[in-house]
Amino acid sequence: MDTEKLDFIVAGVGGQGTILASDILAEVGVEAGYVVKKSEVHGMSQRGGSVESHVRWGKDVVYSPLAEKGNVDYLLGFEMLEAARWRDFVAPWGTVIVNEHKITPSSVNLGHAIYPERERINDLLKKQSSKVTWVEATLIAKKLGHPALAGVIILGALSKLIDIGPGVWLSVVERLVPARFVELNREAFLAGRNKQQQETSA
Amino acid sequence: MKKLLSGNEAVAYGAYLAGARLGSAYPGTPSTEIMEEFSKYPGVYAEWSPNEKVAMDVAVGASYAGKRAFASMKHVGVNVAADSLFYASYTGSRAGLVLVSADDPGMHSSQNEQDSRNYAKFAKVPMLDPADSEEAKLFMVRAFEISEQFDTPVVVRTTTRISHSRTLVDIADLDSTSEELEDAEPTQFEIEPSKYVMVPANARLRHVIVEEKLKKLTEFAAETELNRVEPGNSELGIITGGVSYQYAKEIFPRATFLKLGMAYPLSKKLFNSFAERVEKILVVEELDPFYEEYARQIGLKVLGKEVFPLTGEFSPTLIRECGYKSGVLKEETLNLTAVTSGSNEAKEPLPLRPPMLCPGCGHRGIFYALQKLRAVVLGDIGCYTLGAAPPLNAMHTVGCMGASIGVVHGVDKARVKNRTAAVLGDSTFFHAGIAPLMNIVYNRGVSTTIIVDNRITAMTGHQANPGTGSTLQGDSAPVIDLEKLCRGLGIEKVETVNPFELSNVLKVLKEHMDSPEPSVIIARYPCVLNIKERKPALVVDSDLCSDCGTCLRIGCPSLLKEEGHVSIDPLLCNGCGYCVQVCPRNAISSKNNN
Repeated sequence: MDTEKLDFIVAGVGGQGTILASDILAEVGVEAGYVVKKSEVHGMSQRGGSVESHVRWGKDVVYSPLAEKGNVDYLLGFEMLEAARWRDFVAPWGTVIVNEHKITPSSVNLGHAIYPERERINDLLKKQSSKVTWVEATLIAKKLGHPALAGVIILGALSKLIDIGPGVWLSVVERLVPARFVELNREAFLAGRNKQQQETSA
Repeated sequence: MKKLLSGNEAVAYGAYLAGARLGSAYPGTPSTEIMEEFSKYPGVYAEWSPNEKVAMDVAVGASYAGKRAFASMKHVGVNVAADSLFYASYTGSRAGLVLVSADDPGMHSSQNEQDSRNYAKFAKVPMLDPADSEEAKLFMVRAFEISEQFDTPVVVRTTTRISHSRTLVDIADLDSTSEELEDAEPTQFEIEPSKYVMVPANARLRHVIVEEKLKKLTEFAAETELNRVEPGNSELGIITGGVSYQYAKEIFPRATFLKLGMAYPLSKKLFNSFAERVEKILVVEELDPFYEEYARQIGLKVLGKEVFPLTGEFSPTLIRECGYKSGVLKEETLNLTAVTSGSNEAKEPLPLRPPMLCPGCGHRGIFYALQKLRAVVLGDIGCYTLGAAPPLNAMHTVGCMGASIGVVHGVDKARVKNRTAAVLGDSTFFHAGIAPLMNIVYNRGVSTTIIVDNRITAMTGHQANPGTGSTLQGDSAPVIDLEKLCRGLGIEKVETVNPFELSNVLKVLKEHMDSPEPSVIIARYPCVLNIKERKPALVVDSDLCSDCGTCLRIGCPSLLKEEGHVSIDPLLCNGCGYCVQVCPRNAISSKNNN
């Protein structure tokens, strides 16, 4: 690949597996010959709060581990509201892949705030970028037997848009997930990849 | 070979490469993984100490004994360890001695955002400030060398975006040192009272040596490769260090840089020669104007905090916006998308998603009961600090590790009409709760202390502590018995409860808080994330449920209210059954009625 740089943000809710997914994304970049940096926050923010990882691939050099607003090539939203929260970071040429999945924050359950409608979220994302893809990753993951597979399904969908063969992605997935879940993750990755294929050809 | 390592992994790797034999730490975000990673290397000894002061003393001891050693902690841990850092500054080290302080600008997981660079100046010790994982590794090696060369402890300071960022690190030399480490022999302790016994007569002499050492280190700062000038155009010069360097390189790619790897001491010679190269100087540093004040003190004209904020963490977005607003950054270099889209959030606020106590967390039972009893709760630092958040709202002061017990005693001595209790966790009690509890007994206090004992140091990711029966390196260990410890301190009224038993918890809490003697309640339930406990999810019977919302007041993330109706998210619910006890209509059960 000869792209100068690719910036990704993986946004979701603590416990959804955004850290594993962004680790995979970072390692795939290294395998593909990029200089890679990645940043996230651990600790208190993991207890069901908003979490985001920045992953940056650069051809020659990457300085900041954090991506810049308006410059992100791919926003991966593991949850609808969290995708909307990071929309400002998406570049005009960027792509949003958003999981068709809602986790209601406490502020909404207590009646202090209203969770935006799906169409409202779609509009907000579309205002930033014309390339918005919705994937029913959690639904597919549940069918495969575990909702935590949603992250790898989204990576599968992303892989179709990036010029790196699925073999590279799968080898990294196999390296980073626990041995007994390798087969399941493989299946999930390919399910996401096929899903995106259908979307792209549609 | 290059490998992606977090800053914390790289610090541990660097310590290992430097031949550190001993590491000691107390867990604290963003520093925790340093000691976890170090503990895995062959031939090293690593421990979780009960607090940072103990960790620092342990590392000092190993250094005195002739083995390279380091302690790691979060920035506020250095406050706890400061007494030890300051004497170690006077005694110096025998073998290399390093303290790693992980600062948390932006307070992702901390009660303040103090800038540790001030500690280096205050304690009169050198400080290194790496800007990525590769430097974190290299600077650890250099820190041990500098420690021995100048006979001083050295502080290596990271920040959250160094500690928790993964960047490429050269790991070529991993195998060569592993053998060398295996055969560490016991050494003869070298007795040298004038250096190690800090009674006034010796300390007075040592202070002179400390000042001489600082002079030599200042000369060193002018020459060392840890600081470097990166040539660029002469219009703008940037003085920076740490992760701010990375942001500034991105936003001002053509400027001339003075990149400081050594945050203290600073060199007048170096600053002045840099100033001669450029027309204008901009200081880019998170938090305090540490470099800026030095530059002004030696008479340089610089821009700093009038451009960038004193508070919060930096980012490339922030550097660009501040640069643009102040006119330092010219308009044509501006990424317009970034700035024009910046106001979205204000126009359309999205619901916030703060962290919450996990589904099935035992702490919930204590806070819900305390709220029902309208108690004033003097709180502490840990997962349970989330008891302060709505809807529980059951923690009313939080300051630092162990403060809860001293504060409740002060409140009770000053006398208030409210019922009061201190709440802190098992690990926090071991850290800084024992002395203030003893103080309550000694000074005839009456306060109630609640130890929420989840059998682990949970918030930082499940580290062992003196109550868990295991050590950092996986050995079994004696379990410090909390009940016996409290009784040993002189508390006679000690009671242990299961926090999920609502009616009993209410009874015991009331009785203790109303009692005229000092007491301890141990609310014991293991962290559900740690023991991975999960029972079948509960369901709401919509025929019985009146949507009164009482269950929502326990603040469980799995309880949802959508379009006026309450339901339970089966993906989140862990089946603890606490909500079953609060539901006035018995509408929640484990029976699946679908």
